[in-house]
Amino acid sequence: MIEIRFHGRGGQGAVTAAKILAKAAFYDGKYSQGFPFFGVERRGAPVMAFTRIDDKKIVIRSQVYNPDYVVVLDPTLLDAVNVVEGLKEDGVVVVNTTKEELDLGFKTYTIDATGIALDILGVPIVNTTILGAFAGATKLISLESLKRAILDTFKGKLGEKNAKAAEVAYRMISEN
Amino acid sequence: MEKIDVITGTTAAAIGAKLANVEVIAAYPITPQSECVEVLAKFIADGEFDAEYIKVESEHSAMAACIGASATGVRTFTATASQGLALMHEMLYIASGMRLPIVMLNTNRALSAPINIWCDHQDSITERDTGWIQIYAKDNQETLDSIIQAYRIAEDEDILLPVMVCIDGFILTHTVEPVSIPDEKKVRDYLGIYEPKHAYLDPDRPITQGPVGVPECYMETRKHIWDAMERAKKVIKRVNEEYYEIFNRRYGNGLVEGYNLENADTVLVAMGSVCGTIRYVIDKLKEKGKNVGLLRIRTYRPFPKEEIKEMLEGVENVGVLDRNVSFGFNMGALGTEMLATLRDKKICNYIVGLGGRDITPSNIEEIIRHLEKCEDVETKWIGLKE
Repeated sequence: MIEIRFHGRGGQGAVTAAKILAKAAFYDGKYSQGFPFFGVERRGAPVMAFTRIDDKKIVIRSQVYNPDYVVVLDPTLLDAVNVVEGLKEDGVVVVNTTKEELDLGFKTYTIDATGIALDILGVPIVNTTILGAFAGATKLISLESLKRAILDTFKGKLGEKNAKAAEVAYRMISEN
Repeated sequence: MEKIDVITGTTAAAIGAKLANVEVIAAYPITPQSECVEVLAKFIADGEFDAEYIKVESEHSAMAACIGASATGVRTFTATASQGLALMHEMLYIASGMRLPIVMLNTNRALSAPINIWCDHQDSITERDTGWIQIYAKDNQETLDSIIQAYRIAEDEDILLPVMVCIDGFILTHTVEPVSIPDEKKVRDYLGIYEPKHAYLDPDRPITQGPVGVPECYMETRKHIWDAMERAKKVIKRVNEEYYEIFNRRYGNGLVEGYNLENADTVLVAMGSVCGTIRYVIDKLKEKGKNVGLLRIRTYRPFPKEEIKEMLEGVENVGVLDRNVSFGFNMGALGTEMLATLRDKKICNYIVGLGGRDITPSNIEEIIRHLEKCEDVETKWIGLKE
């Protein structure tokens, strides 16, 4: 079973990201769960969300404490919370930042998701962009399934733009 | 082939109600309310299905509206949680006393104070004696299936009692996972159009419902509910099998569901989503050559005494998890009832997961370790801060 933890700020769409990832994994033929941290939600405050992916039905219902992957939607969180807490030794981190390199003590991929989102969506909502980067970096889910899950979640033109943002990030990180 | 979608527990319940073709939905968004009635409101607004949606001014009124609607012989649905369920309390007795087959989703959440919107079972356990059938689902699939089954059970002429489908707040209500959605026509064929054979309110045939029950008859009305609750065991089992025949899914025998019970000396008894985490731990222990079983109580009312006795025969260590507490008796509700059911056995009772405290695999392992050493009836709190 693979466990992914998302760190974002309230209103940035971390919970939606966890749910889109669960759906994309399902489209890839896997079992999945996507859920928020069961806490107090406030706009702007640090929030977490989780996705579990497995080849068999997932029965565990506790929160995630030792993720295999961590995805950080907001670079300012790096100073506010310990995003790698409990991360498995060979864990991987994907961070939205303009910095090219980050030393978090784990294998880390960086992407300027805010830049891509502003360019394509016109708003700094990075959840779909960073999912594209996550898929490109880890190959845990296919780009096709991710785009399909995004198009399910956001209807019409908004969906198409979000799918495009994911694809741009996917290709950018795959080429690096 | 059934369509599979990745959805939350509350959406699964809303789809269940839609497939059941409910005719009246009454709801009030008290804090905390579930997303369920919002999803239903959207279905209706989008023209996906047609039902009378009554926005009321409190949960008390939501149940009152369901009672009034159901008394006219139509299929009704509502959803609530914690404070909302508590506010409905007196109306719950009226629903069962008038023998109305109302189905309600309760998303299990703690009661205030302190204010807490997270999961525990105190809200529905508190309503255990109201004459409602209570089904506790373990996942989102069972949530959808249980809503459909609930109408079949409630509307059975031998039963005519309301049914509460209970699902864990946040843990199921806010988690998306794959759920098979039954074919609409198949569900409609299975449930049929609700046409009560008993008397219902109709201007063309004036009758009174819910009148004064004088001492000469009140006691008999209670005995009738008692008898219907007893008959419900058989009907719930039958519905579980019917459902399996048509939709290829069943939940134990409908009342209880065992896992890895064969040759297990140590068995945990629990309700709701924690059964998944227990199963996860059981599988891990099995890899290490250790055998632990799980008995999931699916229907808390009617309480399946006979099945429990039968399934736990010969089991030495019985550990009962309670996501609720009975202050003053100092056990959880399930613990006391297991003690009354299995009088010759050692029962250890564990108070867990109150007000959203996470129940982790290591909590379950701690319970199993304690249970194996525990010598007499004992209640222990698990997951308390030092």
